[in-house]
Amino acid sequence: MSVTSLKSMDEIRLGQLFAWPSRLTLEAWRAAWRSACTGVACEGIRGGFWNSIAIVLPSTLIAIALGALNGYALAFWRARGASLLFGLLMLGAFIPVQVLMFPLVRLLGPLHLVGSLAGIVLVHVIFSMPIMTLIFRNHFAALPRELFLAARLDGGGFLRIFLQLMLPLAVPMLVVAAIMQATGVWNDYILGLVFAGREHLPMTVQLNNLVNTTTGAKLYNVDMAATLLTSLVPLAIYLLSGRWFVRGIAAGAMKG
Amino acid sequence: MTSVIRRRAPLRAALNPAWFALLPMALAAVVVYLGSFLWSLRISLTGSRSLPLHDYVGLAQYQRLFANDRWLHSLQNLAIYSPLYLAGCLALGFLLALLVDRQLRGGGALRAIFLYPYALSFIATGLIWQWLLNPELGIQQAVRAWGFPAFRFDWLVDQDHAIYAIVLATIWQGAGLVMAILLAGLRGIDPDILRAARVDGVPGWRVQTSIVIPMLGYAFATAALLLLTAAVKLYDAVVAMTQGGPGTASEVPAKFIMDHLFGRANLALASAGATVMAITVVALLAPLLYARGRAARVRA
Repeated sequence: MSVTSLKSMDEIRLGQLFAWPSRLTLEAWRAAWRSACTGVACEGIRGGFWNSIAIVLPSTLIAIALGALNGYALAFWRARGASLLFGLLMLGAFIPVQVLMFPLVRLLGPLHLVGSLAGIVLVHVIFSMPIMTLIFRNHFAALPRELFLAARLDGGGFLRIFLQLMLPLAVPMLVVAAIMQATGVWNDYILGLVFAGREHLPMTVQLNNLVNTTTGAKLYNVDMAATLLTSLVPLAIYLLSGRWFVRGIAAGAMKG
Repeated sequence: MTSVIRRRAPLRAALNPAWFALLPMALAAVVVYLGSFLWSLRISLTGSRSLPLHDYVGLAQYQRLFANDRWLHSLQNLAIYSPLYLAGCLALGFLLALLVDRQLRGGGALRAIFLYPYALSFIATGLIWQWLLNPELGIQQAVRAWGFPAFRFDWLVDQDHAIYAIVLATIWQGAGLVMAILLAGLRGIDPDILRAARVDGVPGWRVQTSIVIPMLGYAFATAALLLLTAAVKLYDAVVAMTQGGPGTASEVPAKFIMDHLFGRANLALASAGATVMAITVVALLAPLLYARGRAARVRA
């Protein structure tokens, strides 16, 4: 069914374009990129593209760094109460974000973090922390503990063992986590809508504004071009990563 | 010797460097997750409108909530949506997994195609299906043009069927995920068991229902857990496809909460809804997680 849906979507899109032969050019794509109206501004969704890039890069890097550090600390350093905290964090992962949305706005508002790039990145890091911590904890817990103990005996400290021994051993997981996080952040809508603010709206929000704000005649071809443009980045990640994407799902599915 | 170590242990625990590293996680868990939940709970007991108040009105907001038609309608929609979404994704995902697993050659390409929708955002999925299901442009029009002028497929603009349109679109998006998880499970089944069944002359469908599906129990439970979480969070796809309409036909709880938080400035009512949602999710998932954890430990 996925195949037929994909196919029929393409076929229908072609049918569409044949119905307006004058727009068979790349004009719609150009319009979607440059001049389509998303709410009040008519500058296309290119701004959203760059905003999304600006959000995805730091969100991915920081989330992975923290997740790896948490996973390492949880797997090897048996700190008292840490597993209780981890349990709390995992339970939090299942709570719908809408539940936490407004308290977080109130919490971050006075810190001037709502409606800023730093704010939206922080929120992404917080909401991805459970899954990132989980996959790294599982990864490190599967390594032989003797490896860690030997490094301790050789005088390795907390950070040194992490940076020089554990991180190199976690390279495959780092790749998997980067794919998951980048795709997830790119595809986010609700957090961007609430926390990014007017200046930093991600591409998904601009896309939805473009399509679902009905002022005047609907330009379906422009809408579709914009949708396809927005899907290009996940498509690129997906195609380039190939098998790694599947590994990401497998790693994320090992909850509990 | 042992007593020395035992005496030194608490000191080392107190200075455990992991505590500094875990500080951000502790803040996230305690302040954001637990703190936000408690804050929502507190606000739901007040009469807050657009700004949080600190009065106390007891459970009045909950009474208003469960007298609110829109909330009841969104709960009802979620009750229709979740089982259909879950069953649809699991069934389709299982069939896709079998298909990909059988065809060893070209299986990789098939898997890539089936999984691709999962890489798309709910917004893109919703918009694609908004066009596919648009009566004047999509499937209905296409089938009519092929010579079936009486063909009707207008779920999206039909009050009674809009929620099913969302089910359809999100199954299309989520089935690939189930397939990927089940494929990993299928690879873990010992082929000798299947060979033995074939030698014994067990028919193919019996092998699937009596051997393969039970052996995939853990994978199915995992997939169900992920899908159920996604179902409760359902928001983006509704916004992109129907904006909750026509009328309030496809409202869902997550959207009700967002609308009352930011659009209608009714903080306390939204917080009551949020609290109901959070408690329901935890009550549903905690036993599931516990059972799964135990199953995993027993298996290991």
